[in-house]
This record gives sequence, structure tokens and C-alpha cells, in this order.
Amino acid sequence: MTSTVKSRSEPAGRGAASGLAAAARAPGWARYALLVAGLAVALWLPNGLYPAVAVDILCWALFAVAVDLLLGFTGLLSFGHAAFWGVSAYVTGLVAIHLGLPFPAAVLAGALAAAVLAAPIGYLAVRRTGIYFAMVTLAFAQLVYYVANEWRSVTQGENGLQGVPRELFGLDLTDDYYFYYAILPIVLLGLAGAWRIVHSPFGRVLVGIRDNPARARALGYPVHRYKLTVFVLSGFLAGLGGGLFAVSHRFVSLEVLHWTTSGKAVIVVVLGGIGTLWGGVLGAGIVVRLEDWLSFSGFEAIGLVTGGIFVVVVLLFRRGIWGTASTLARRWWGRRD
Amino acid sequence: MTAFLQSTFNGLVSGAFYALLALGLAVIFGMLRVVNFAHGAFYMLGAFGAYVLLAEAGVPFWVALAVVPLALALLGMALERAFIHRLTRLDPLYNFLLTFGLTLILQDLVKLRYGVQSSPYEVPAGLRGSVDFGLFDFPTYRVFILGFAVAVCVGVWWALARTRVGMVVRAATERPELTRALGINVGRWITPVFGFGIALAGLAGVLAAPMRAVNPLMGADLIIVVFAVVVIGGLGSIFGSVAAGFGIGMVQAWAEAYLSAFPIVAQTIVFIVMAAVLLWRPAGLFGRAEAPA
Repeated sequence: MTSTVKSRSEPAGRGAASGLAAAARAPGWARYALLVAGLAVALWLPNGLYPAVAVDILCWALFAVAVDLLLGFTGLLSFGHAAFWGVSAYVTGLVAIHLGLPFPAAVLAGALAAAVLAAPIGYLAVRRTGIYFAMVTLAFAQLVYYVANEWRSVTQGENGLQGVPRELFGLDLTDDYYFYYAILPIVLLGLAGAWRIVHSPFGRVLVGIRDNPARARALGYPVHRYKLTVFVLSGFLAGLGGGLFAVSHRFVSLEVLHWTTSGKAVIVVVLGGIGTLWGGVLGAGIVVRLEDWLSFSGFEAIGLVTGGIFVVVVLLFRRGIWGTASTLARRWWGRRD
Repeated sequence: MTAFLQSTFNGLVSGAFYALLALGLAVIFGMLRVVNFAHGAFYMLGAFGAYVLLAEAGVPFWVALAVVPLALALLGMALERAFIHRLTRLDPLYNFLLTFGLTLILQDLVKLRYGVQSSPYEVPAGLRGSVDFGLFDFPTYRVFILGFAVAVCVGVWWALARTRVGMVVRAATERPELTRALGINVGRWITPVFGFGIALAGLAGVLAAPMRAVNPLMGADLIIVVFAVVVIGGLGSIFGSVAAGFGIGMVQAWAEAYLSAFPIVAQTIVFIVMAAVLLWRPAGLFGRAEAPA
């Protein structure tokens, strides 16, 4: 079965079959230029923004890429990813507080916990597809939220988990500026991992499943197992983001598990561009920056703006920013396929 | 025994709210293939509508019970024409996302105007006090809710099963192409059916106003429980949604009464039941299997 994975050519008409945007294609040199530019922006970011905002952008970028891995490349909309983001935040916080481990180890523990939680939830959720998958994941995330709310001896309930340390071999990371550079390698590693998944034979099968599940099954691929695997990987990535988020804020509140957090992650992906991977990073930058600006200028009803973005993007701009840009770029180079 | 009956009765009352909301979701889903995330927001608007009418215009409960669902149906139909309609030909996920965005907007609009604190709403004059059932007393208002909700569910069932409009809706739900080919204008019924589903949510909201805290977030967590209810019942099935609504209400009440040492069980039992149903009958208790995927 695995040999067919490698020899299989790209399924015909991919992207056209599903309503979700297909991955972008640009000439080789342009992609390297983009990569270099992206890295340059990542290195420069805390000089141009408040470092705390830049750190939030990194965490949300991981979260968005995790959601896009499912939505854009497997055709599964998870509306419950706050469960993985939030559980990892709590586990990271608890490990850092009680064991005093260096923060990368605590974050790894959190992300692993998220992956472990993703296994049973994914096992049940992949039994349904489409809109049902969204509802089921949403419901399980709410279950996790209620458990965290009730299990006060561990999570401190509504008070939240306070005083999560930023320990790294005695280095002073209290300044967000330095903390940004401390977490940047972890985030880049996570993003590179997502890229690797998408461009592996495994990722090709996922796209095949997205575009034509019946054919993928007929070709002998165990569709449920593929979906479950990517669900667990996605949970791990979301957990990586959530753990870093907990360390950066030095505080974990119940909000990390609330369904509005899941919804925000989906907004970020849709705004950036479904199925574009890097669109999610861009979307994270815009949404986090915008929310920071709104709350700084004393605007109370942030939901009005994020909800408005959602409505406008879904109605008029379904390719998202990255998707639109890459379509325009392709037209520019005359390489439309 | 008395305690059991009492908690069963309580369960049926909260089940009545689930059933009304699930029924609206199922009717809308059947006709439009749209899972309306904003259903909880419309329930909240129903309760707020009743509250605002009473507090600012002195309009009594009984009038609100008729006016508010009607007004919300019109709002729903306007939103369907303006937004949802444009996306029904695409992947249903887009409308799920659109209605999620609308939910955030509606919630924050109400929050901006009325704040997040709960507003009180008095039980209407004729429904105060309690009814004596021999073994136990039960608040009159709750008896009223239960009777009213059952009557509405039976009425909807009757309308779907016995009227011409119901026949068209059922046919369009099951075989839209074929129904069109037989010369029936399916598109004409889409907007009214959406409005009707919204009216049911609004009705549940008005009924909830005297019993539950009226605040902008009252529908937010409820809608997720209702999603779990329709997954359990099978979203395509009208009967399944109603039955699962009442059933889950009772199961929750029993868990509250007999497992009071573990309050978490009563809060989460609906999700546990959902997990079990997904294992045993992925299409829902009364649903038909999806096309294999």
C-alpha cells in the first residue's frame, strides 16, 4: 500500500473538485525569495511591533497552520481546536510551575498531552465528515472546557493558572523582546514540520482524500486512519502554539479552551487563505495586530469586528489574502493551469 | 419516587428548550443544508426582545410571545436573502462560518447596548404559583412551557405530514432535483422555511425569559449542547431532533439528581452520550447514513 503512495501521480482536477482553494504554485526562484523575505520579517518583527504582540503572532501562526492542515489539506473543519491549544496551555503551565523544567520541555509536554487528547477525539470525530465533523469537534472541545472549569484543584477554575515561569537555564527572559527570539526556533520548527507533512507522500494522500474520498478508499487507502493521523499531528502543532502562549503570558485562563478561541483560529485561517499554509501565518499577524489595536484604543466590541471580517471574507473573499495574492501572481507570470 | 418524577419533569422542561431549538435547526438544515450557528443568538434575541418590549414599552408576555418570533422571522428572512442565500450552492461549511460571524456580531451588538449583566423578567400574572400533581407541586410556568413546546412540536409535525406546504418541504428535503423536475418551485419555500426555523428559536427565547437569566451570552453555550443533541438525534431527522431534545433534557436532570456528588457529569453527559452514539450509530439514533466517505 505504501508503494502506491509514492508512485501515485497527483489526482486530476484537485482543488476544482472541492470548494476549498488549492495550494499555490509559483516559480522556484519566487518561492525562495518569499522564504527569505518571510524569514527576514520573522527576524525583524519585534523591532517593528510591541514584542508581546509579536510573540502572540508566533503562537497564533502555529495554531492557524495546525487548523489549516485539517481544513485546507484534508477537507476537515475542526471547530474544536481550542481543546488542544488550551489543554497544552494548562499542561505546559502545570509542568513549568510544579516541575520547574525549562520552558521548551514544558511546552513539549503540553503539546504531547494535546496529541494524546487528539487521539480519542479524532477517533470519534473522523466517523463523520463535513459539517458534522465541525459540530462534533466543537462539542468535544466544550466537554474539555467544562471539565477544566470543574476541576478547580488542578486548573484553579475561573481564577486561572498564575505565575507560569519562563525558565531557560537561568537566562533572563522576562523581556518579551528576548523571549521572542527564544521561541522563534521552536515556531519555525513547527512550521517546517507542517510544510514537510503537506509535501510528503502522506500529505498527497490527504489531498486525495479531501478531493475524492470515495476514490481514495477504492484505491485501498485506509481513509479513517489517515484522517486520524493528521488530526493527531494537527493537535500536536496546535498544542505547541498553546504551550508557548501559556509561557509567554505567564498565565492560563479558561478562555484558552472556550469555543470563541476555536472560532478565532478558523477566522485566522479563512482570512489568510484556506489550503495555503502560510496564509494562516499572515492571517495570524493581521488578526492579532488588529485585536491589540482595538483593545488598546478602548473599543469593547471586538466580536463586532472579527465577526464582520468573517462575514465579509466568507461572502466576497473566499480565497483569503494568500490565495488571492497567489492567483494574481500566477496570472502575472502567465502560468495559469 | 416523588423525587424521580420531579426531576423527570424538570428534565422534560429543559428538554423542551432543546427540542424547540433542535427542531428549528433540523427544519432549516433539511431545506437549506445550512447548519445555523446563529440559532443560539436568535434564541438570545428572543429573550431580549421580550425583555425590551416589557421594560421599555410595557408590552405583556402574551403579546411578546406572538410578536417577537414574528419579528425575528422577518430578520432571519432578510439575513437569508442578503447573505446565506449567496452561499447555499457552495460547501455547507461556508454558511456555518458565515452564521458564526453573524453570531459574534449579534452578541456584541446586544452587549454594547445592554451590557453583560442579566436582566430580570417577571413570570406573567396568570402563570405564577404552582400546580398540585398529588405527589408533588410544580411551578405553573414550567407546566405551561412543557405543554406549549409539546403543542408546537406536534403542530410542526402535523404541518409537515399533512399539509401541502409540508409535503413540498419534505419532498424538497429528500430529493430537491426531482421535486424541481416535477414542476414545484422549491426556491420559493427556502426563505420562509428559514424564517420559520428562526421563529422557533425566538419562541424558545421568549419562553426562557421568565425562567432563565436574560443576558447576551445566554445562547452561546446552549447552542453547542443543541449541536450535540442534533448529532445524537440525527440532523436530517425532524423526529429524531425533537426526541433527542427531550431525552437529553431528562438524562441531564437525572444525572443532576442522582449524581449530585459529581456536578461535572450533569454538565457533560450530553457530550458523553454523543460520543457513545458516534461509536454505535455514527449517523445518529434516527438519522440515515451519509454517503460513505
